[in-house]
Amino acid sequence: MNKLYDKIFKYGLQIIVIIFCVFPFYYAVMTSLEGSAAVFVPNFFPTEINPKNYIYLLFEHNFPNTILNSLFVAIVTVSISITISYFAAWSLSRVNFQGRSMFLFVILAISMFPQIAVLTGMYQLFLNFKEFYFNIFDLRVKGITSLLWLCFTYTMFNIPFTVWVLTTFMKGVPKEIEEAAIVDGASSFLILRKIFLPIMTPAIFTTAIMAMIAVWNEFLFALTFTATNSDRTITVGIALINGTVEYEVPWGSIMAASVIVTVPLVIITLLLQGRIMSGLTAGSIKG
Amino acid sequence: MADINVNTVNKYFGDVHVIKDISLDIKSQSFTVLVGPSGCGKSTMLRMIAGLEDINSGTISIDGQVVNDLPPKQRNIAMVFQSYALYPHMTVFDNMAFGLKLEKRSKDEINERVNEAARILQIEDYLLRKPKQLSGGQRQRVAIGRAITRKPKVFLFDEPLSNLDAALRVQMRVELAKLHNELDATMIYVTHDQTEAMTLADDIVVLDTGIVSQKGSPLELYDKPNNMFVGGFIGSPKMNFMPSKILSKSADSTEVDLMGMSKISVPKLSASSSEGDAVTLGIRPEHLVVNGDADGSWESKVFVVEKLGDVTYLYLEKDGEPLVAETEGHSEIKVGDSVKVGFPAGRCQLFDSSNQAFK
Repeated sequence: MNKLYDKIFKYGLQIIVIIFCVFPFYYAVMTSLEGSAAVFVPNFFPTEINPKNYIYLLFEHNFPNTILNSLFVAIVTVSISITISYFAAWSLSRVNFQGRSMFLFVILAISMFPQIAVLTGMYQLFLNFKEFYFNIFDLRVKGITSLLWLCFTYTMFNIPFTVWVLTTFMKGVPKEIEEAAIVDGASSFLILRKIFLPIMTPAIFTTAIMAMIAVWNEFLFALTFTATNSDRTITVGIALINGTVEYEVPWGSIMAASVIVTVPLVIITLLLQGRIMSGLTAGSIKG
Repeated sequence: MADINVNTVNKYFGDVHVIKDISLDIKSQSFTVLVGPSGCGKSTMLRMIAGLEDINSGTISIDGQVVNDLPPKQRNIAMVFQSYALYPHMTVFDNMAFGLKLEKRSKDEINERVNEAARILQIEDYLLRKPKQLSGGQRQRVAIGRAITRKPKVFLFDEPLSNLDAALRVQMRVELAKLHNELDATMIYVTHDQTEAMTLADDIVVLDTGIVSQKGSPLELYDKPNNMFVGGFIGSPKMNFMPSKILSKSADSTEVDLMGMSKISVPKLSASSSEGDAVTLGIRPEHLVVNGDADGSWESKVFVVEKLGDVTYLYLEKDGEPLVAETEGHSEIKVGDSVKVGFPAGRCQLFDSSNQAFK
């Protein structure tokens, strides 16, 4: 009997957690498929299936454009911050230099900094950057200014986090592997490329996904630094979806947009989950 | 040809002085074992020779060339680590070929050398597997193979067998000895296991808290330990030590008290000692004569009997001091029996109050 109770308890809790986490998303999917009137009737199952919200967003709205903007910012940001933090993680975990632990501490402290605290300063910098950028480059490509600035600020806020995470992972790679490579005659750069990179790949993917989600969901900077509809990112884009009349909140379109932007993250995570943290150094050392 | 000279080398880790003025000459093509308890600095010594650890003062030279400032790859050495340290993402072949590829050897040469090493170590069948598909012993072979392929002048082994189970350890030990004969390279081997040291070494260097306690051939260390530390470290079970004092001295021997019951004349001398000095008498379990006649004898009850088949160890006790004696495998002696142990004077060691041996 006890065993049965145990099972009920275990699975019951799991079901509660799953419902708690998944229900909002389910409700979003359902709402996105309903017409504007049906949205306001509370229900658990859709009364109609109507793709008009999706059609509106994808073909009559500049929403696809915001997705492309977000993708651009996310890819640029994540690749730059992962590249930089990969090298930083190596020096922070392997090279013995004065003040290393203080350095790590400062990085941690920076990652705790609230965005809002630097917002005004960042805006002033943004204006200067814009001026500088316009002077140097042709005006034809100026549309990308805001996005580049977003990449820059996101990278800034992401690097402390990615450095910290990758440093922790790299500390977990046995030192002997590196020493064996040194004895074999490999330079530091070669070790980073041929030894650490393959070993660290799962860790890098894990960190990259977390960084990507952070960038994807960022709202405050995206709202502040983008002025025109053509350079909105998705979070701002969703917030600014208008109804047909002034006081209408177009829930159907907003939910459809939320579903659309969630899908890429889900796909990426599913594709990479096999690689996430799959035994970092299996077989290298004893055991 | 690669003699290794270590000249008054010092090493500090922060404030801790781990290597104290060590000088060593290691002959080309010899098999030298650095042995000692953990924390004695033996691994640090090896890592300094490898170039993985800087030295604070002194010089290390390989083949007459001072290598203090040379990176490991220019020292013409190869190292085998205790934890194998294989590259987990590479196949066995690539693991062994990695160093050669870095040396920009031709494909044919790499193939030939890796296959040759694989043949010597009998891992030809596993060349395309990843390390995680191998057992511990196979991984250790790959680690050794990785060292062999580069044909270094010096092999450095850092406790390579301590992760293996007992049976495999004995087997690999024999193979290492064979390998040394085949390769004609200088090998330096670190271990805390005195059996490995005794069986493999041409020369054993016993390290104790950062200094060389004694260097010599296995039998020299066994027969003539310089001090109590070496006496106790080499040999298993450990040498018995008994407190004693000098009764009289003559031209070629020193007469000491034996357990307060009799006396024995040990043919060892020390100029610095005089009558009445407290000394320690040392004798190995295998040299005690059980129920037989010898130069001095003592009787005791047996507390524990360990039957190993080929030999039997008797644990005796005197004033709380344990004493182990070896006797034949099919001994009839039981716990509680009283036995007479004989001390052959020629096998006894004497150590003075600063633990130095009488000569």
